[in-house]
Amino acid sequence: MKRYELAGNSATDQRIIWAGALILIALLALPIFGSALVVDKLTLLMVYVILAVMWNLLAGYAGLVSVGQQAFIGFGGYLVLRLVEMGTPPFVAIGLGGLLVIVLAWPLSWFALRLKAAEFAVAMWVLAEAIRSIVMFDPLVQGETGRSLVTLNAVDPDVRRTTVYLMAVVVAAAAMVISYKLLRGQIGGESRAIRDDEEAARSVGVSTMRVKRTIFLISAVGCALAGTIWLASAITYQPRTAFGINWTVFMLFMVLVGGLGSYLGPVVGAVLLFLLQEIFGDFGAWYLAGVGVLAIVFAIFAPTGIVGLVSKRLGIEPMSIGHRIKLVSD
Amino acid sequence: MLESLTQAVIQGVLLGGYYAIIAAGLSLMVGVVRFINLAHGDIAVLGALLTITLVQVMGLPVLWAIVLMLPAMAVLGWVMHALLFERAMKGGFLLPILVTIGLGAALQNSMFGIWGSNTRSLGADIGSLSWSSWFLPGGIIIGKLPVIIFVTAVLVIGALHLMLKKTKLGRAIRATASDPEAAEMCGIDANKSHRAAAAIAVALAALAGVFLAMRGQITPYSGPAQLIFAFEAVVIGGLGSLWGTLIGGIILGLSQSLGGLISAQASLLSGHLVFVAVLMWRIYRDWSVGQGGLRAALKARFALPPTQTGERT
Repeated sequence: MKRYELAGNSATDQRIIWAGALILIALLALPIFGSALVVDKLTLLMVYVILAVMWNLLAGYAGLVSVGQQAFIGFGGYLVLRLVEMGTPPFVAIGLGGLLVIVLAWPLSWFALRLKAAEFAVAMWVLAEAIRSIVMFDPLVQGETGRSLVTLNAVDPDVRRTTVYLMAVVVAAAAMVISYKLLRGQIGGESRAIRDDEEAARSVGVSTMRVKRTIFLISAVGCALAGTIWLASAITYQPRTAFGINWTVFMLFMVLVGGLGSYLGPVVGAVLLFLLQEIFGDFGAWYLAGVGVLAIVFAIFAPTGIVGLVSKRLGIEPMSIGHRIKLVSD
Repeated sequence: MLESLTQAVIQGVLLGGYYAIIAAGLSLMVGVVRFINLAHGDIAVLGALLTITLVQVMGLPVLWAIVLMLPAMAVLGWVMHALLFERAMKGGFLLPILVTIGLGAALQNSMFGIWGSNTRSLGADIGSLSWSSWFLPGGIIIGKLPVIIFVTAVLVIGALHLMLKKTKLGRAIRATASDPEAAEMCGIDANKSHRAAAAIAVALAALAGVFLAMRGQITPYSGPAQLIFAFEAVVIGGLGSLWGTLIGGIILGLSQSLGGLISAQASLLSGHLVFVAVLMWRIYRDWSVGQGGLRAALKARFALPPTQTGERT
């Protein structure tokens, strides 16, 4: 008789986890010796990592393809403005604003998650636009002009830069750890069952609404935190930028090119987008057009992304969220 | 008050004509090809910018420019479908969204690279048409251009309807839509009819873009907003129904112009809210069907839970 047991992480995965821990320590120590420019740039990279991991959680694992996550990025930023206006210390507001987005995401989830695949995708976009129009009714935002986080400007620039950077690193690390734990747990299996066949998942007793809502809410908070951290480093809040479709283009690019539905894909994609922006960012619109074209090329010729291509060559996906089993013979 | 209300209703209905044209192509693609092109609005802007260049740089009359531009855009639609959309459609519903969002970003930013950020308009090239109006008793003013756009919308949707019902191509498109495999067995080339539908959709988007540029100003980044309006009109009117799309466009135009009576900001918002309300109503209706109809669902919700052990009927 053959029996199977769960095996631990493979040697490669162990090494990747150790490397990840070392990178995290290095990132946390960086402000001690890194220049202001490097810290600023890496803050942006961390924002990209958070966004990519969150979008992958939605689209890659729960099959919820949203082109409207900018709703939470923009609304999170708006909450920070409001909280600061009410006298909350700016750094508290950056964290709290991200968490409070749940007030918006919870009622939205009731409605949006009942829509079918493609309808959900575009409806989220319309909702983002609707929320932008509502936010712009608030005189605090000053319409298209936007508003600056003045209190944050009053903080010593070095303190501000380092604090925002450390927040970004912590949130990015938390996003990766939480999504890993989540996906290797029960909800991970359930969400993949939903992604592959929702009807079938429901018929074997998966509470599809609960699973989808959990992931939707986590992703909303994650995107909002990315938005508030980005706002803290950019200082100026403009509704058209904060609620812009470009966020979705970036998320989609990172996840698709890195590897949709793979654990490491979004990180690879975020680093790639960051590098492309460093090298070609000066070309402005043509750079953005190139990002669009590259997304199309990957979607058509390599829909599994870079990590997918690597996994194919290796024969196994590095840091797969699936479980390895080993044969135990009596 | 009554006067401005009447005026808003008339303008809203006429605005609906524009939305119907931009939505007709999207509706056709959603209905028969089961494909949502998220770059539809950007294609409309591309059509408009090409027409503006033909008129303002090459010096062609507006009508001639449109006559030249539309077939070119149709060819572009055919090619895009053959090269991109067909491959994307093999990957379920995910890849079409990714490919067309990428296409939108590529189009917007290339148009920005080519034409720059200036707002552009065809308003100055159509002479008195851009401002001349009919004055009705009671102080009602009706612009000639909105009427022309509305009539075009009715003609376009009527023609599409006839084409789908009466012509060989239309039958092929409908057959492919209802059962691609059976259609293939009857000797219909599904890809060919899908490409034809894409060509029509892109040409219609471009036509809508020209009207948009006649009514007001456009920039290379005007596209996404147009896509959202088109999508709202399609959903409000019911997915895949062409006449429904006209009605959806009119409802959207009406809610925007009535919202505009409150404030300029409320105009767009009220359009979005009507869209959300329609979707919510549909979700509720579908849910209630599962509960044995709307009335039974309401009863089950508000009455005491049934205690008898008999079978449910």
